[in-house]
Amino acid sequence: MTWESIDRLTPIDQPAETLLDEAFRKDILDRAAKYPAKRAALLPALHAAQEKLGPLSDQVMVEIAELLAISPADVLDTATFYDMFTREERGRHLIGVCESLSCELCGCNELLDALTEKLGITPGQTSNDKRFSLVTMQCIGACDFAPAMLIDGELHKTVSVEHLDEILRKYT
Amino acid sequence: MSFEPVLTKNVGHPEAVTLEGYVARGGYESLKKAFGMKPAELVQLVKDSGLRGRGGAGFPAGTKWGFLPQEHPGPIYMVVNFDESEPGTFKDRYIADNDPHQIIEGVIVSSYATRASGAFIFIRGEFLAQAKIMEKAIQEAYKGGYLGKNIQGSGYDLECVLHRGAGAYVCGEETAMLEALEGKRGWPRTKPPFPAVEGAFGKPTVINNVETLCCVPHIINKGATWFTGLGTEKSSGMKLYGISGHVNNPGVYELPMGIPCNELIEKYGGGMRGGKKVKAVIPGGVSTGVLTADELDCPMDFEGPIGRGCLGLGTAGLMVMNEQTCMVTVLRNIVRFFAHESCGQCTPCREGAQWMYRILNRIIEGEGTIEDVNTLLELAETQGALPGKTICGLADGTAWAVKTIITKFRSEFDAMVTDNVAIGN
Ligand SMILES: Cc1cc2nc3c(=O)[nH]c(=O)nc-3n(C[C@H](O)[C@H](O)[C@H](O)COP(=O)(O)O)c2cc1C
Ligand code: SF4
Ligand code: FES
Repeated sequence: MTWESIDRLTPIDQPAETLLDEAFRKDILDRAAKYPAKRAALLPALHAAQEKLGPLSDQVMVEIAELLAISPADVLDTATFYDMFTREERGRHLIGVCESLSCELCGCNELLDALTEKLGITPGQTSNDKRFSLVTMQCIGACDFAPAMLIDGELHKTVSVEHLDEILRKYT
Repeated sequence: MSFEPVLTKNVGHPEAVTLEGYVARGGYESLKKAFGMKPAELVQLVKDSGLRGRGGAGFPAGTKWGFLPQEHPGPIYMVVNFDESEPGTFKDRYIADNDPHQIIEGVIVSSYATRASGAFIFIRGEFLAQAKIMEKAIQEAYKGGYLGKNIQGSGYDLECVLHRGAGAYVCGEETAMLEALEGKRGWPRTKPPFPAVEGAFGKPTVINNVETLCCVPHIINKGATWFTGLGTEKSSGMKLYGISGHVNNPGVYELPMGIPCNELIEKYGGGMRGGKKVKAVIPGGVSTGVLTADELDCPMDFEGPIGRGCLGLGTAGLMVMNEQTCMVTVLRNIVRFFAHESCGQCTPCREGAQWMYRILNRIIEGEGTIEDVNTLLELAETQGALPGKTICGLADGTAWAVKTIITKFRSEFDAMVTDNVAIGN
């Protein structure tokens, strides 16, 4: 989780068109109808918006707020609490290396060092060519395959340093 | 004693992932019997079975269901805890990977027993593949008449929604989960009111772990006496044990409750990698504390780890460490986890975990003192819902890890602060 304060004095540039199209809106409202309260569709909406449009911009949050009839501040408040939502530009592929106990016991630090050497970035950074961002993650529920790593959500099991080149080649 | 797998009987039968394959292997059988019974009779059955929660706390499931208001006019909700974020735990993922309909069957009969009209399966956001599997299974169940209106002609209606989390361990805590479900930040609620009275969307709500609910259809099919015949007196039934760390065969193993820790490691975990000795074992996720090599006769039921100073059986996800492991580094890893995952509401948890993490870094960098070690123990005393100092149990996990690791491996901490010697390096 992260804490964040926003500049409320500078007006947000209002784009000529909305970012969320009709199909997207309908989809979210359909989802919302499955819950007793509209706001419950907020996590699904944020997931969908980030998947479609990338990092969550102020404008996207304002539009989601309108859609679910809550305030933009509530959307920001929720979005910034969760690790999976991001406000920052990332590389084309997101590498997440688990750093919790079983993975540390099984060599995630060696893996992180090798990634840092290969990509020239430390956790939290994006490579210059924007191909990869690297982050550490807390236990990803794959301790039986430690050290475990997610790339764009896809699980890579029992990863050894020797495997890295072959794994990374897939992600251009 | 040979034990026939129950929860994992469909592992190795990939066809069971589909509705058709699942039904062909005896799936959804329990619905017929359940719909022939009254909800209150089912609650009694689950009480008689002694089934205790598999999500960490071990609370008796039937008793929890009994807390629901009897004559509630409005809706009741079932929330399924598939957050599975406790380091060392991957059993619920294993069920979804191999047998997603088993989860849905458990949800249906448990929702019927608690008179719930809506079930929300809360799955952690990182389980993308499992979310797809569950979504598909739910769609199949709707099409097959196992969800929705008038399930299998019983007159019982149940809507089921899969809800993805977004990366926050604390959302596994049941009231934080309700907040996340309602579209808010995952801040645990102060209790009372308890969810059974005022839970999701302000309505009476039952929250159970995936594995807990998966036990229910088998109890319906085979009876409470069958279930109490497995395991130990206070911990009935079978359990999914996870083993990871320095063992040859990490994985999920289903066994009756109460199997000794060393037997689990040797017989099922395939022994220690490289023939090394065990130094320490975390019994059920990093919140539970640690067992030493001398305590490995510990029965892995709800009582065993408590009797050896641990917080509990937790999730029964064992993390095994060999003789070369530095316990100061292990503790730093665990405290870093809690410092990262604290939701920030309670000062002892938010500040305490960060402070402990900085102290541990200092000790590992060779700058620590004996007072630092004592401060860690003192801070651990300020943490947790059990001593009434914090809103939720996350901080109890921090406290127990710190207390048990330092007291059981004190000499390693002392050696590091006095002589700057690390064991195993
Ligand atoms: C910080 C924290 C994290 C938790 N994480 C989980 C979890 O990932 N999965 C789970 O089933 N229970 C988790 N729990 C326990 C739940 O609060 C709750 O006790 C459980 O879902 C009840 O279900 P059960 O009785 O079937 O075990 C967690 C508790 C705490 C305090
Ligand atoms: S104990 Fe920690 S995680 Fe739990 S409510 Fe308090 S600050 Fe949040
Ligand atoms: S500790 Fe890395 S996946 Fe669990």
